[in-house]
Amino acid sequence: MSTETAQTTEVKQPAEALLSKRRKKFITDPLVDNNPITIQVLGICSALAVTTQMQPTLVMAISVIFVMVMANLTISLLRNTIPSRVRIIVQLAVVATLVTLVNEILKAFAFDMYKELSVFIGLIITNCIVMGRLEAFALGNKPYDSILDGFGSALGYSWIILAVAFFRELLGSGSVFGVPVYETVSGIFGEEFSLATNGLMVSPVGAFIILGLIIWVQRTKTGYVEH
Amino acid sequence: MQQSNAYIITFSVILTVVLGLLLSGTSQILGPIQKKAVELDTKKQILGAVLDAETISKMSSEEVLEYYGKRISSKVVDINGQEIEKDSDGNPIVAENVDIGKNYKKSPENREYPLFIFHEEGDEDSVESFIIPVYGSGLWDNIWGYVALQTDVITIKGVTFGHAAETPGLGARITAGNVQARYDGKKIFDDAGELVSVAMQKGEGKDYSGDPHKVDGLSGATITANGVNDMLKNYLSHYKEYLKTKKSTGNSEVASIN
Repeated sequence: MSTETAQTTEVKQPAEALLSKRRKKFITDPLVDNNPITIQVLGICSALAVTTQMQPTLVMAISVIFVMVMANLTISLLRNTIPSRVRIIVQLAVVATLVTLVNEILKAFAFDMYKELSVFIGLIITNCIVMGRLEAFALGNKPYDSILDGFGSALGYSWIILAVAFFRELLGSGSVFGVPVYETVSGIFGEEFSLATNGLMVSPVGAFIILGLIIWVQRTKTGYVEH
Repeated sequence: MQQSNAYIITFSVILTVVLGLLLSGTSQILGPIQKKAVELDTKKQILGAVLDAETISKMSSEEVLEYYGKRISSKVVDINGQEIEKDSDGNPIVAENVDIGKNYKKSPENREYPLFIFHEEGDEDSVESFIIPVYGSGLWDNIWGYVALQTDVITIKGVTFGHAAETPGLGARITAGNVQARYDGKKIFDDAGELVSVAMQKGEGKDYSGDPHKVDGLSGATITANGVNDMLKNYLSHYKEYLKTKKSTGNSEVASIN
């Protein structure tokens, strides 16, 4: 599922700093060098689907962060009791429960978001990033490290989908977070600066293009090559 | 490490029970809050047929409920246009509580048809428009909406649509304000008094302003558009008998509007 495998050799070090160098890497690594979307190419489905506007994307990002941190924590706490033969089912059950919780909470407190996102929130269950981190990291590491790892991976996922959503909403609808940008620009500089929105960006094809460009720029910078 | 079958089964049972309790507990606690959210959403949709979306989005939840209470009255009619006050078990019916989706599964003759009347504040007789709920199938799942008719019960004052799972950017556009605005001012009865409804056409970008029964279509979402057309036609015909009674009594008003 994931290209990375767990490989932490626990050395007896009493009171390791809360954010030691090793632990910082759990968070910083997935942001760029081992980004779940751009390097591992996981979670593309939701990255394409929810990113037409910034606001639902932000809610999706927060939901994924919550689910990943909590799932990693739960699985890590149970890691010594989970029977290895049914571990995938156990992981699924935990993730599905957390996702249902998110769904119920959104339905109660943010009904408009719930209407817009409910299908995609359900799809977090099948988001390979979540299962990938559980299988590759949480099953073999301590709870606190697992929380950091889940948070890092979810953050790596979040900033990419937010970047995609920024360009899609700006170019496709002429606004950012629902605030009209194009109208303001033509309001300040006069009619000749009125910009046309690009309908392609609203459709999933637009997300493919933006995502492709982001991956291209990033891999050019980091020099990452797929083997 | 290899565990015994007994261990695996025990672990699974405990896990299932714990997660099950967690979920049912959550839905117990959040249930009432969710119910309120659904109620608010329904009322917002009903008001959406007569108010524009911007006005509603500026109102707080309390303001929406207050405005709804002041300006909307409701009743339930049957397919013959007769008002019904009690359901088959003899309990009083409240229009807001009628589950239109559940009724949709019954045959048209047996359904309860709620109806919402937008009136001037404090005077239920000075009707401004009739709001009719509609329900049907889109491409993937159910679609629904509310159609507001002017007092002549011929001209559409406004519509609002909702959907469960239409394709974002394609069929889901039926919720967009600029799509719903295409229905404003269209007519559901022709000059001879026959119900023809209003139909979305195939393709997009044509001007149908001269035709009172056609509106511009949704490019790439023909099946959703057809679903909307069927939904409108079906439900308007279910409410036809009731609307006819309003047509005959409201003639004087129509004259003054024209």
